[in-house]
Amino acid sequence: MNYYKKEIETAPRHELEALQSFRLAQKIRKVYDRVEPYRKKMDEAGVKPEDIRTIADLSKLPFTTKQDLRDNYPYGMFAVPMEEVVRIHASSGTTGKQTVVGYTKNDIELWAECGARCIVGIGGTKQDYVHVSYGYGLFTGGLGMHYGAEKLGAVTIPASAGNSLRQLEMFRDFGSSILCMTPSYAISLIELMKENGLSKDDFNLKAGLFGAEPWTDEMRGEIEKGLGLKAYDIYGLSEILGPGVSCECIFQKGMHVCEDHFIPEIVDPDTFEPLPAGTQGELVFTCITKEALPLIRYRTRDIASLDYEKCECGRTLVRMKKPQGRTDDMLIIRGVNVFPSQIEAALMSFDSGATNYMIIADRVDNKDTLEIQIEMRSDMFGDNVRDVENYRRRARELITSAIGVGVNVKLIEPKTLARSEGKAKRVIDKRKL
Amino acid sequence: MLQQISVFVENKSGRLYAVMETLSKATVDIRAMTIADTSDFGIVRLIVNDADKALQALNAENFTVKVTDVIGFTIPDKFGALCDVVRVLGEKDINIEYSYSLMGKEKGEADIVIRVNDTQKAEEILTGAGVKLISISDIL
Repeated sequence: MNYYKKEIETAPRHELEALQSFRLAQKIRKVYDRVEPYRKKMDEAGVKPEDIRTIADLSKLPFTTKQDLRDNYPYGMFAVPMEEVVRIHASSGTTGKQTVVGYTKNDIELWAECGARCIVGIGGTKQDYVHVSYGYGLFTGGLGMHYGAEKLGAVTIPASAGNSLRQLEMFRDFGSSILCMTPSYAISLIELMKENGLSKDDFNLKAGLFGAEPWTDEMRGEIEKGLGLKAYDIYGLSEILGPGVSCECIFQKGMHVCEDHFIPEIVDPDTFEPLPAGTQGELVFTCITKEALPLIRYRTRDIASLDYEKCECGRTLVRMKKPQGRTDDMLIIRGVNVFPSQIEAALMSFDSGATNYMIIADRVDNKDTLEIQIEMRSDMFGDNVRDVENYRRRARELITSAIGVGVNVKLIEPKTLARSEGKAKRVIDKRKL
Repeated sequence: MLQQISVFVENKSGRLYAVMETLSKATVDIRAMTIADTSDFGIVRLIVNDADKALQALNAENFTVKVTDVIGFTIPDKFGALCDVVRVLGEKDINIEYSYSLMGKEKGEADIVIRVNDTQKAEEILTGAGVKLISISDIL
């Protein structure tokens, strides 16, 4: 088994926790002294830097949210003077004003190391050709993985996104062996391969790091088959770092968090109380090494759980389960937590073309109802009622068993659902109107 | 053999009108129509004078459309005529999935449309039994 930094990745838990505690206490002292919004928050919560001695004290600290970053736009949360900042990235801003993040030289260095760890974790070496098709620019994906691959010493191909046919040519001609891109881009490249008569045997791909958006196990299967590689999940968010906060190892049983840099917690999305290991809840991160933007107890709004069992790969770093959804998206239907991502996964498991659908929650006679509207396509339509009814029954059964709540499936005419240019809107909760 | 156009429509007011309006604007002439309905949706089945034109017009308006082969035949308007045809098909294991009738062209005749599980075989059987099959040119 290969590690990039074995002494950290396989450290006994108590040693790792001692390191975390030490770094946490130091970092809290710094942000209290240097970041006005944090000093205010901590004063309001009645917490002094000296109250934070070990990771057990973490829960005393107030949370940070995306709103804090917006309120202090653009640089108000930075913990270093701007002359120490060497890089700026920013979120796409699809859910509001864009959020700006900054990095010092050391931050870029630790980010590159996290990226290198991810690549080694999935079996990469400096002999590999790492093909980065995340967008380069303000988005953290491209440059983040680029620096990781270079740090490792691999041949780094900064392909960026787009120009898809050229991407396939590069796979073939440059000998790309490890891909970094969004899973949906991988799917579209597979379609393009088919259209152009290319097969996975034309390439030398062995593994891929896919992230930046939620994807299902069904998509993993499709990508692995279509590109002839092992597809791994990588997680990150610009507020914390970018890609490389956590990543799967070759066993594909959860993403190992770079815990020497980021302390993960799971909290109840309603009460914000910390939840025990293994419980599903909102993922929260505290940065204990970053200099420019060391966010404390940052609420990611991703729903996940943590597994502290030692992994088959030998790593002791905690594994986070693939985010199951976002707290913003979660619906409570008759007391059951339902994530739109579960519904999508069930639907896609038998109809991968069912991309235009809408989830509608309502309350009829004091009872929550859930309706999934799916736009009809010619290929799911026969000339008789039975075919259409069979499709509908199948969709209803699979979704109901996936989420544990009965649903109604309604087939609707094409192009009746509103199209969006940014992130697709999939949920209408009429109960809130 | 006839080409049948099937259109998926939600079961709500105005949808059949939308189909008819589209065909009317495209100057497509409808020769036969039937609607299979459920509480939520319906399937409008049509025999038209120009299936390609109808398909194009409906697709352009984002309808979900399917073209299927069906069989049309003419029978005399008298007792037992349809019964005889259906019996012949049944004896040869042809299953009729659905059926509807067209306006007969001649007085004293009826035109019937059937959708079966094996179109080619059914046509051979019917021809063999002396049943007069119709093509689109017969009903224009």
